[in-house]
Amino acid sequence: MNYAINEEGFYGEFGGAYIPEMLHSNIERLRLNYLDIINKPNFQKAFKSLLKDYVGRPTPLYLAKSLSEKYGCTIFLKREDLNHTGAHKINNTIGQILLAKELGKTRIIAETGAGQHGVATATACALMGLECIVYMGAIDIERQAPNVSRMKMLGAKVVPALSGSQTLKDATNEAIRDWINNPEDTFYIIGSVVGPHPYPDMVARFQAIISEEMLWQLEEATGQNYPDKIVACVGGGSNAAGAFYHYLNDERVELVAVEAAGHGIHSGESAATSVLGTKGIIHGSRTLLMQTKDGQIIEPYSISAGLDYPGIGPLHAHLIDTGRATAIAITDEEALDAAFMLAQIEGIIPALETAHAFAALDKMKIEKSDCIVVNLSGRGDKDLGTYIKRMK
Amino acid sequence: MKITESATENRLKTLFERKQENILNIYFTAGHPQLEDTAKIITALEKSGVDLVEVGMPYSDPLADGPTIQNSGAIALKNGMTLDILFQQLETVRQTSNIPMILMGYYNQVIQYGEITFFDRCQQIGIDGLILPDLPIEIYERDYKHLFEARNLRSTFLITPQTSVERIRRINALSSGFVYMVSSSSITGAKKGISEKQIAYFNKIKELNLDKPRLIGFGISDRETFSTACRFANGAIIGSAFIRLLENNLKDEVGEERQLKIEKIINDLVSNLKP
Ligand SMILES: Cc1ncc(COP(=O)(O)O)c(C=O)c1O
Repeated sequence: MNYAINEEGFYGEFGGAYIPEMLHSNIERLRLNYLDIINKPNFQKAFKSLLKDYVGRPTPLYLAKSLSEKYGCTIFLKREDLNHTGAHKINNTIGQILLAKELGKTRIIAETGAGQHGVATATACALMGLECIVYMGAIDIERQAPNVSRMKMLGAKVVPALSGSQTLKDATNEAIRDWINNPEDTFYIIGSVVGPHPYPDMVARFQAIISEEMLWQLEEATGQNYPDKIVACVGGGSNAAGAFYHYLNDERVELVAVEAAGHGIHSGESAATSVLGTKGIIHGSRTLLMQTKDGQIIEPYSISAGLDYPGIGPLHAHLIDTGRATAIAITDEEALDAAFMLAQIEGIIPALETAHAFAALDKMKIEKSDCIVVNLSGRGDKDLGTYIKRMK
Repeated sequence: MKITESATENRLKTLFERKQENILNIYFTAGHPQLEDTAKIITALEKSGVDLVEVGMPYSDPLADGPTIQNSGAIALKNGMTLDILFQQLETVRQTSNIPMILMGYYNQVIQYGEITFFDRCQQIGIDGLILPDLPIEIYERDYKHLFEARNLRSTFLITPQTSVERIRRINALSSGFVYMVSSSSITGAKKGISEKQIAYFNKIKELNLDKPRLIGFGISDRETFSTACRFANGAIIGSAFIRLLENNLKDEVGEERQLKIEKIINDLVSNLKP
């Protein structure tokens, strides 16, 4: 089985570009040029050099001794939380902003849920001297306040999305509408492996640095360049795509995608797309999404703004549909417990999104001989408000 | 089930054979402001001499639409509108109405309803055409063109100021209804006036001498914008501006009184558009 994208931009039956004509010229230009641009030696040189000196890569692969002891196996943490700005999101924004510059664009727009992608975009724009507008659901603006301030301090304009559930889905709608209104000077930096082709593939390629490093880091640490299992949380799926990327066709490696179950998968307040979703189109991509039988998109719920999305990227829809990846759904409560557990036994406060990945360890069948990598996608500073409430 | 109309007659085709100038197409969102307004609005549009009606199927996430249409769709959905209810409403109006009628919505709605079931239902009711702005022409050509043709449904695709001439010709060839000229690079919603840049784009398209009728939409709101658009195309489409007229002028009238109010709103709009 091959899990790579095909010529038409599909992973199996998922993917494609279902976009109104107003977006066609920009998406088509990107589709025709993205691989050529990304693969140019000069681009790679600039990208890798910024990742090293500005972002702080490679991120450590840390052998978590207490966690390993707790689960009776070997657990490594891929420390994406140690990137500049505190999450994996910046790998992608550095890549896309270099690409936007190549395309001659001067105005950058982005959507954000948890605010991590917004901060990473605002950071890249400040670095490159480009105008930055970030769309963020009104509810997320409230629950991720520290990130809103960070974006503003970095010089970005934060525009509240007031439609629908006022979360990530709606912020994405608003960013797409902005691009329709400003097709000439603007580039849309999407924050996950979602949206019309070529975005899912392009974002996956920029995040692939995560598993590229894992190959040699595991080799160094264990003498074997692959783990038995990789665990990552999935909102749209970019940190998971990056952690899975170089192991997609290596069936020795089990891929575990962790979704948000909110108050419970079937509580009516959930974002467990792989269970609740059916095939359809969201944000220009054919994938799995939560919808009514009339095709109206259902508003999701999760305590974690970055996982509060009614779809998943088409790559993950394909991995789950074919059985290549296993999906596990984690409730708000389970994620909160896992965040406190990790803080107290490893001294690492994870982002709420990432906490879902740690909670999944309780639900997995684990052998003593297992070598597991958990992708520690981000740090928890932005979620302190939620954690403080929990302590009371 | 009764199959209305013969396989040869299409009201859209008849309209464009009869009329090539100043065609007025009105868009509204089905089930807004009230669930049962759909039939009242269509009846009133026909009575006042509007040439063509575009019935919007309310959608939760209408990517190409501005705040007015987004909001009207959200209200329609809150009112309980579904595709089954809409089809029932349209089936009933069709028994007394002969106005060319097209449906506009998003591709996901059609997929979830079941494409074949959806197209069959359209044919059975007497829908004359479909606009699905996020259905790529390549996929239409490969998967749906023959299904449209077999049911006498006309297709309409959009062009914008960014669309290349080569692609415009392809879209023209695949649009069996009319070519929908998006007036500027934008989502739907009334703007003020028409700029020099837009005029240049209208002219460029006019000079291509496309063989399909062209209607200009997005930002057409009043006599001035309508008549300007009609100088460069076969007609124009008014959407958001009409929806706002309904919102601003309709209250909680019921029955006959509501029908008359809707007729008055539409008559005022139509007479205002006359040169
Ligand atoms: C730390 C962190 N992890 C994960 C995610 C979820 O996004 P994705 O699934 O694209 O990795 C987010 C999104 O905001 C995030 O901030």
